[in-house]
Amino acid sequence: MTKAKSRRKVIVCRCEDVTLADVEHSIELGYAELEEVKRYTGLGTGPCQGKECMALCASVIAATSDVKPTPFTSRPPVSPIALGVLARGTAQLDDTDTTPPLGSVAIPEVK
Amino acid sequence: VSTPAPPRPTKDAPKRECEVAIIGGGIMGLGIAYECAKRGLDDIVVLERGYMAEGASGRNGGGVRMQWSTKTNIQLMLRSIEICRSFASEMGINVWLRQGGYLFLARDASERPAMEANIALQNKLGVPTRLLTPSEARAIVPELDVERFDCAAYNPRDGVLFPWPFLWGYANRAIELGVELHLHTAVTAIEPAEDGGYHLTTSKGTVRAERIVNAAGAWSPEVARLVGLELPNRPHRHEILSTEPLKPFLKPMVSVLSTGLYFSQSMRGEIVCGINLPDDDDGTVKMGSRLLFLTRLAEELVALAPRLGGVKVLRQWAGPYDITPDHAPIIGEAPGLEGFYLACGFMGHGFMMAPIIARLYGELLTGGKRAKIFDRWKLDRFAEGGLEVESMILG
Repeated sequence: MTKAKSRRKVIVCRCEDVTLADVEHSIELGYAELEEVKRYTGLGTGPCQGKECMALCASVIAATSDVKPTPFTSRPPVSPIALGVLARGTAQLDDTDTTPPLGSVAIPEVK
Repeated sequence: VSTPAPPRPTKDAPKRECEVAIIGGGIMGLGIAYECAKRGLDDIVVLERGYMAEGASGRNGGGVRMQWSTKTNIQLMLRSIEICRSFASEMGINVWLRQGGYLFLARDASERPAMEANIALQNKLGVPTRLLTPSEARAIVPELDVERFDCAAYNPRDGVLFPWPFLWGYANRAIELGVELHLHTAVTAIEPAEDGGYHLTTSKGTVRAERIVNAAGAWSPEVARLVGLELPNRPHRHEILSTEPLKPFLKPMVSVLSTGLYFSQSMRGEIVCGINLPDDDDGTVKMGSRLLFLTRLAEELVALAPRLGGVKVLRQWAGPYDITPDHAPIIGEAPGLEGFYLACGFMGHGFMMAPIIARLYGELLTGGKRAKIFDRWKLDRFAEGGLEVESMILG
């Protein structure tokens, strides 16, 4: 068992600075589902939207409670996009457009 | 850490018999459960199909306002905000209420007469709304482009709160008072019992209840169909987004009446915003996110407040509005179904209305005062005609 002090230094969610101690506290209080830990601690609500921290948090839930972790939806966009970029998009973009947003890697054309 | 563990929902099967079964563990269902239990009616089972706050109660922008166009809504929201103000001390939980006001913008002069009439009515009822010129509005929100609107209505007492702890507060206190809350428990069938009351079949066993409250929000037509009742409300997808957190700079919730655009800054510093968009409204609940929403919202928002163009969107999601033909809720006992109560059709404003509606419902179900609103917003009105339409509907 890691000591309480060091548990406060283990980061589970880097975007929102949620520590192992925070996650365990949430589970102890009964907010033990992934959706509940997200709402109680803010885990997974930053730039990565859970893509880095969700599996780690799920493993803590599985190890310390009787809850079977069910993933929450990693919200779009894939990476943060400036409103100014989106504002120029209506003319070119629609729901079927697959052009990647600025700053993302272009998907190679399949021949 | 010394925070005491809050009371939690039970994982056991629901008790076999109860006085009231409430279907829907959102703000409306939990609020009604708490207000009944507080008045001594604690033989209640709340049945929630998903996790707590899975529906609209956990997906809304948290706005609470007194600015409405009908006397009924203004008076109800005055009382609702009063309850919000004392909620933290009564329930022992911080709901992060911040009364920074609501600033409604009228796009052009044609909207001004209606805005003036609404302000006059609000003032008469004790709401301190003022009509502002664009430059006066800009003194409150310097980021606004004054060329984009004709005038504004500002009530400094409207505000924004954080929805999730509000639900936890109601749930925790209701459970303490004896209410059973069951999450992940779907109601799959309802049969009227021969000697009165109802038999409910759930995914965790059967429950016999003397009375039922349908507080399932956008899912309430589905629930009503289980007893053969057809409701006129329909779900409508409403999308919303949050940006990266910024230092606090934005005091009020800003909203454009004609497009339904709104944006405010949460206590976490994120700009939370949405806009009205058409959808196919085919009767099913849809919660998928669309690129069209991002581009459409960004176009309107950046035109109105150009400096926000550099702010990045972190996440978008959707929640279901519960829309009625006359833009007013449906509450009270369903005609022809004794003991089957409705608390639905709140038009995307269920969260802000729940504190007062739950209180009035608590009085009704415990044999206390029957508020006039139960006549005005009864289901029969759609058959009887003579509807009063609220015009200030948005997020």
